[in-house]
Amino acid sequence: MLRGWIEFDALLVVLTALAILGSGRLKFVNHLVAVQGVIVSILPLLVEGVDMPLRAAFLTALTIGLKGWTFPHFLDRAITTSGLRREPQPVVGYTAGMLIGLALLGLAAHLGGRLALPMAAPAPAAVPAALFTMFAGLFLIVSRRTAIMQVLGYLVVENGIFVFGTAVAPGESFLVELGMLLDIFVAVFIMGLTILHLSRTLDTVETDRLQRLRERGRALGDGR
Amino acid sequence: MNGPELLARFTAALLPLVCAPALLGIINRTKAVFAGRVGAPLLQPYYDIFKLLRKGAVYSGTTTWVLRAGPVIGVATTLVALACLPLAGLPAPLSFAGDFILVAYLLGLGRFMTINAALDTGSAFCGMGASREAQFGALAEPALLLALAGLAWLTGQWSLSGIYAALSYETWSVAAPALGLITVTLLAVLLTENSRIPVDDPNTHLELTMIHEVMVLDHSGPDFALVEYGAALKLWLTGVLLTGVAVPALTGNPWVNMLLALAALFALAVAIGCIESMMARLRLHKVPQFIAGAGALAAMALLLALEH
Repeated sequence: MLRGWIEFDALLVVLTALAILGSGRLKFVNHLVAVQGVIVSILPLLVEGVDMPLRAAFLTALTIGLKGWTFPHFLDRAITTSGLRREPQPVVGYTAGMLIGLALLGLAAHLGGRLALPMAAPAPAAVPAALFTMFAGLFLIVSRRTAIMQVLGYLVVENGIFVFGTAVAPGESFLVELGMLLDIFVAVFIMGLTILHLSRTLDTVETDRLQRLRERGRALGDGR
Repeated sequence: MNGPELLARFTAALLPLVCAPALLGIINRTKAVFAGRVGAPLLQPYYDIFKLLRKGAVYSGTTTWVLRAGPVIGVATTLVALACLPLAGLPAPLSFAGDFILVAYLLGLGRFMTINAALDTGSAFCGMGASREAQFGALAEPALLLALAGLAWLTGQWSLSGIYAALSYETWSVAAPALGLITVTLLAVLLTENSRIPVDDPNTHLELTMIHEVMVLDHSGPDFALVEYGAALKLWLTGVLLTGVAVPALTGNPWVNMLLALAALFALAVAIGCIESMMARLRLHKVPQFIAGAGALAAMALLLALEH
């Protein structure tokens, strides 16, 4: 197993997550999430590439195709349609977000060291990185107001889960992994469509403004 | 300690005093080549300093001794900090456990006196630069200390001389991620401390954007020569901190090591010139984010070092 490379890969995952927390431009964050998706996709190849090369290669290729190409393109279009270039008013600013990210990183490192895993993990170095990525994604979801950023946060959480699964349980059933990827695909598809419809009918993708239910007959846009 | 080694250490201690302004000359020449100009001679910073030393100084009626003390203390603190700094694996003249904290705070003291001198002029313009310098300096200091703490933990040494003597290519092979992050952090700290692009533009004299240049506007003659010389020494100091990590001492021969370290520093100056030619200055409210990002990298490096 390529221990040094796994550590390097985990480090890149953490760095991209920190960069995602520190930026507000929607397309840039979308590209960063795509880059992170490609970085996490390489992990199966590093962890089990020697034992099960065909399986790992297929999984890596499929994940890169989804996370590095399909999702970014789809969300890119959603961002273009929404006409929004950057997150208008984040709940927590970017510098503060990055510092909170550091605190989360410390927490993840602490927890990663203490976490009792049910079986011997092949890549324990990636566990803190996986926890941090999940935390960062959750933080992104609660601290940003636009639906697009929240979808991106969801994808970051998913990247963290992917790293965790690869690092802790590499031998899990192929069907389970394919099912997970299908779930994410459907989820992102639905969320992307929701964003498109939101921006078309309501002229906004800020979830803060979606608080009151109205009947369809009245003007939908004046909820703002 | 035998004769040749003493001579090598003596040379290493004197080298920054002589060679530091050349770094500024190399940066300016690199930028000129990038822009398609011939550029000023490489030794222009020396000419400038000697020209300024021969001139008289003008002091405004509102200033006190604080303005005159600023440049002197600025150079003095940098000189003491340089005395703690090893070059090319040779131990520094002054070395004790925890001396990197002294170096960080000597830099802070020099900055404090420059800020005081700027405020002493009573000009709103200088005060604005002083405020920015204080803000960015306060952010850069933790980044520098975190990076040095990471190095101290990785090498198990608590003095700068010990740390830089213990660094080698073996350290890189076992802890490449941490050392890489520390190198990037030190580069960001260097750009911040020396008011280079993307934090500050040393060429601009546009009031809205200046930081360092605006603070020293009211200095003239020998005082300004000291300011320029101090800036060159500070560039050397932060440069050696960086190149000492990126290019550890290779051979057993102190003279070859010294030449290599000097070459690394000159290469760094060329790199700074390239950065300045290819990048724009960041908008002012983005600068804290840049420095905080550097601090984040240093904190990550420290975490990685602690795991080792």
